[in-house]
Amino acid sequence: MKKLINKVESVLSEQLLGMSAAHPELRVNQEPVFVTRSAGPVAGKVAILSGGGSGHEPMHCGFVGEGMLDGACPGEIFTSPTPDKIYACALVVEGSAGVLLIIKNYTGDALNFEAATEWLHDSGIPVATVLVDDDVAVKDSLFTAGRRGVANTVLLEKLLGAAAVRGDDLDALVALGHKINNQGHSIGIALGACTVPSTGKPSFVLADDEMEFGVGIHGEPGIERRPFTTLNQAVDMMFQTLIEHGPYQRTVRVWDRQQGIWCDEPQSKQALVRGDRVIALVNNLGTTPLSELYGVYHRLAECCTEAGVNIERNLVGSYCTSLDMQGVSITLLKVDDELLSLWDAPVKTPALRWGH
Amino acid sequence: MALSKQQVLDWLLRCSEVFAREQVFLTQLDTAIGDGDHGLNMNRGFNKVAEKLPSVADGDIGSILKYTGMTLLSHVGGASGPLFGTFFIRAAQVANAKQSLELSELRLVFQEGVAGVVMRGRAEPGDKTLCDVWWPVLGSLGQSVQQQINVIPALQQAAACAEQAVQTTIVMQARKGRASYLGERSIGHQDPGATSVMLMMKTLAAVVEEAG
Repeated sequence: MKKLINKVESVLSEQLLGMSAAHPELRVNQEPVFVTRSAGPVAGKVAILSGGGSGHEPMHCGFVGEGMLDGACPGEIFTSPTPDKIYACALVVEGSAGVLLIIKNYTGDALNFEAATEWLHDSGIPVATVLVDDDVAVKDSLFTAGRRGVANTVLLEKLLGAAAVRGDDLDALVALGHKINNQGHSIGIALGACTVPSTGKPSFVLADDEMEFGVGIHGEPGIERRPFTTLNQAVDMMFQTLIEHGPYQRTVRVWDRQQGIWCDEPQSKQALVRGDRVIALVNNLGTTPLSELYGVYHRLAECCTEAGVNIERNLVGSYCTSLDMQGVSITLLKVDDELLSLWDAPVKTPALRWGH
Repeated sequence: MALSKQQVLDWLLRCSEVFAREQVFLTQLDTAIGDGDHGLNMNRGFNKVAEKLPSVADGDIGSILKYTGMTLLSHVGGASGPLFGTFFIRAAQVANAKQSLELSELRLVFQEGVAGVVMRGRAEPGDKTLCDVWWPVLGSLGQSVQQQINVIPALQQAAACAEQAVQTTIVMQARKGRASYLGERSIGHQDPGATSVMLMMKTLAAVVEEAG
C-alpha cells in the first residue's frame, strides 16, 4: 500500500485539520470529532446533521455550509461515528427548532444514530430522522439489512438543506425526506477495489474483463461479478437495473417524537417511468478520471432519452466516494417543480456551491 | 462458588489483551465478508476499557459493566459499538450493587445483555450474527444452572459451546449487517462478531479457571 498518509491511527485527525485550514468557514471540533459551520447555529432553523464513516469525501464534511448541512460527524474510515459524537454535534448545531439526522441505511450507521436519537430525545431536544436507502442492487430486504444508503444521500442533503432554510419545520422535513428517498435510485459498479489503510490490501481482485456489479460504498464486493467489455455495456446494465427495479415496499424504522419510541412504517419506493423528470448524478467512487465520468454521462443521457426520462439537472464528479475504488455510481432522482426550486436554491459548501 | 468482582475486572482486562492479539485475525474474517475493520474497532474499544477500568474498580459489578458498555459504545463505532456496548449496559442493570455473581445470576446478567443486543439489532437465529453464539451460550449456562454445576466447569462448557457455535456461522447466509449484501457469497465465512463473542467467553472461562 502506498498512500499519502503518515500513520493509520492519525489519518482522520490530520485530514480534518487540513480541511479546516483550507475552509475557515468550517469549524472542526477535535474531542469528539465533528464538523460544524463556524458561524454557529441559525436560530429558528431546523439543524440538518449527517454523518457516517470517513472515506466518502467530500460526503459529508464537504457539504457543511449555508443551504446544506449544519453539522457532519465523521467516523473512522468506513466505520460509523459513535452516538456520543452525534449527540455532542447535535447540541452544538441545534438552533431551538430541533435537529434532523440523515442516516444512510447501513447497520452501523443506523444503530449509532438510533442511540443518539434516543439520547437527544431524553435531553429534551426535538429530534427526527430520515433514512436513505437508494441502492437498487440490493433486491430483497427480507434477507438483507435492506437497501444501502448511497449517493442519493448527497441530493437529499442538498434538498433538505434548502427546505430548512425555507423555514420547513421538523415534521415537514421528515415528510419531504421520505418523499426524496422514495423517489431516488442508485446503482454502482467497480472495476477495481479500494484499499482501506488499516488493512493495507485491496478488498478484492478483478481480472481485466470483470466488474463487480452493484457495489456499495465501503469497499465490499457487489451483489455479483459480471463480465466487463465496454463503457456502453456497463452503463446499459446499470440503467436497465435502475429502470426495471419497479415499486419496492419495505418497512422503515421511524422515530415517533411524541411517544419517544421507534415505529415500523410501511413505505413504498416509486419506479422510474417514461415522462419522469430527474436529477442525474454520475458519481466517482474514487479513482475514475473525470473524462470517463463524462463518458458515462454521455451514455446515460442517451439511455434516458430512449426511455423517455428527462434529465432536468445533473452533477458529474466526486461526491460520495469509496476511498480509491475504481468505479462509478449513477443516481436518478425523480423531481417536480418544488424539488427543482430547492435544488436551484443557493448553496455554499466546500464541495457544492452555486447561487452566490 | 461465585464469580468475584476481581474476576470480572480480570476478565475485562484480559479481553483487551485478547483483542489486541486477535486484531489481525478478526480483521481478516471481516475483510472476507465485511469491510475489514472489526478487529481494529474491538481492539480500540477494549484498549480504552482497560485504560479506564482502574478508575472504576472500586464500584460494584454493575457499575463496572456499565462503564465498560459506555466506553465500548463511545469508542468502537460501526455496528459492533452499539451491539457490544448495549450488551454491557443492559447486563449492568441486573448486576447492580453486586460484589459477586452466582452462576444463576451471571446467566441472568448475560441474558439481559443479549436481550439488549436483540432489541438494538433485531437479530433472529440463523442471521449469521454475534447472537448465533450468544444464544447457545445462554442455553449452555441455563443447563448448568439447572444441573447445579460449578462455575468453572459451567464456563468451560459455555466456552466450548461458543467455539462450536462460531463454526456453525460458517455455513450460514448472512441476513443482517454488511455481510448480508453478499447474499450467498457470505456462505463459507466465519462471522467476525460471533468470533469476538467466542473469544470473550473463552477468556472468561480461562480467567475463572486460573483463579481456581
